[in-house]
Amino acid sequence: MNEIVDGINQAIQLIVSMNPEVMEITARSLYISLSATLVASLIAIPIGGFIHFKEFGGKRGLITVIQALYALPTVLAGLLIWLLLSRAGPFGFLGLLFTPTGMIIGQIVLIVPLMTGMTLIALSGVSQTKQDTVISLGATSLQTIITIVKEARFAILGGTILGFGRAISEVGAAMMIGGNIRGYTRVLTTAIALETSIGDLPLSIALGIILLLIALLVTGLLFLVQER
Amino acid sequence: MIEFEQVVVNFGEKRVLKDVSFSVSDGEIFTFIGPSGSGKTTILRLIDMLERPKSGKILIDGTNVTKIHDREKIRVRRRMSMVFQKPSPLRGTVYSNVAMGLQFRKVSADEISRRVSESLEMVGLGGYEKRKALTLSGGEMQRVAIARAITTKPEVLLLDEPTANLDPGSTETIESMIGGLRDRLGITVILSTHDMVQGQRLADRIAVVIDGRIGQIGTSKEIFYKPMTHAVARMVGVEDILDGVVTENEAGLAAIDVNGVLITACSTASSGTPVTLYMRPEDITIYEKDNIRSSARNKFTGRITEVIPIGPMVRLKVDVGVKLTAVVTQRSFEELGLALEKDTELTFKASAIHVVERKEV
Repeated sequence: MNEIVDGINQAIQLIVSMNPEVMEITARSLYISLSATLVASLIAIPIGGFIHFKEFGGKRGLITVIQALYALPTVLAGLLIWLLLSRAGPFGFLGLLFTPTGMIIGQIVLIVPLMTGMTLIALSGVSQTKQDTVISLGATSLQTIITIVKEARFAILGGTILGFGRAISEVGAAMMIGGNIRGYTRVLTTAIALETSIGDLPLSIALGIILLLIALLVTGLLFLVQER
Repeated sequence: MIEFEQVVVNFGEKRVLKDVSFSVSDGEIFTFIGPSGSGKTTILRLIDMLERPKSGKILIDGTNVTKIHDREKIRVRRRMSMVFQKPSPLRGTVYSNVAMGLQFRKVSADEISRRVSESLEMVGLGGYEKRKALTLSGGEMQRVAIARAITTKPEVLLLDEPTANLDPGSTETIESMIGGLRDRLGITVILSTHDMVQGQRLADRIAVVIDGRIGQIGTSKEIFYKPMTHAVARMVGVEDILDGVVTENEAGLAAIDVNGVLITACSTASSGTPVTLYMRPEDITIYEKDNIRSSARNKFTGRITEVIPIGPMVRLKVDVGVKLTAVVTQRSFEELGLALEKDTELTFKASAIHVVERKEV
């Protein structure tokens, strides 16, 4: 029991004193997950828009597949990207395995379905009457899409925040693709997993507290956005 | 000029419009009246090309718009504007809402600013530019929606039940605005309503839509006093629909036997012709016994069998051999000492009855 209390005390000291290793891991985590979220939103929002506004065969089925992928296990995303990026894989020549860029790609694969789904939900939250109003005012197809996406912007942003939350808290893909290399690909989640297993509880707890704070911040932001 | 030729619309298996044909001239106020779900909204959406017919032609200034490409559609649609039953403002200010149609048309910022102010003045919301659209009242939102529609200077304004969700005050404002818009801008106004009286107040011509068909097209006078079918008659407030046979006709004044009661009505139908009589309750006068000063040809005594108060009015059913419906004010109901099961006298003019020859006997 004492060990845990000591661990918490030391963890707080690590955070308050802005321990370089703690700060470095936190910054890398934010960099990787924010980059992944940014790129994923550039992919997911247009795809969501396309699916919402276009009528095509198999639309219902595609949406079902996207929804099923919300729950894509992180280790599966990790395995898939590992296979693609490994030396023997089709993209092995890029040398991206065990790099931050590789980790970003892994997280993108992980959160694009979720963010596409959230975009779809956000767009269908804009009433048909609003869409008809925009069309009746003489909008072209492109003007209609832009106007409706703007109308749903807060709900879409909510989906983006949710995507970031999933990216920063996942450990499977980060571990498999990044390899948890100290000073290079070590992020909050992989560090916690490693430090706990080798018994460095204060560092683990300190990183855990930071991860928790980020999660709370994200939830808070989401709440604010949904209030709009 | 907008023309429909035998337009049919299906939603899935359900046929919502059946062989709808009509034409609206430039500068006309044309109203579709009908119960909810009769197909009025669908007709307006077809004109704005938001819906596609299963068959039939829709001609706008001679162009069949069911056959044109998207680009051409937008060009035609930009000459019209539609206001929906639910005002549905978009996020942002009143200004950004009203400016939208002009922005789609890539009008210059100066011009937009000038025309938005102008339109808001026209709907009585001058100075509302910076307000958040979503914080307005229902009546104000609907006026913003109208300003948004007229700011593009459309040639045709489509209004779908524009006052259905509004209080009487806002309704009056919007009704007087609609008449004013046509007079000032010279635009064609096509609106739908389930409120017959509104149709009568606003329209040059009315089309009665019942169950996906057009029952009758005409001026409000024709529709209200000369309905051609039972369904139209019921829709426009005719209470008594009686079948009878003409027994005698003297110089356009027909004696008609309705279930043993002899009613005199203006008609050219000759003796022996089966006819239907349509009578509006407002045309039947109830009067005090032994105080006959009316010149009306039809005078009857009967027993009051039903009394239904409707606001300041009372609706009575009086059995004079056939049941007739009359309305009196609450005040005269009391002054005349009327009550259920009491006898009363009533009268109506021969010209107040609309007589239609029955095809089937």
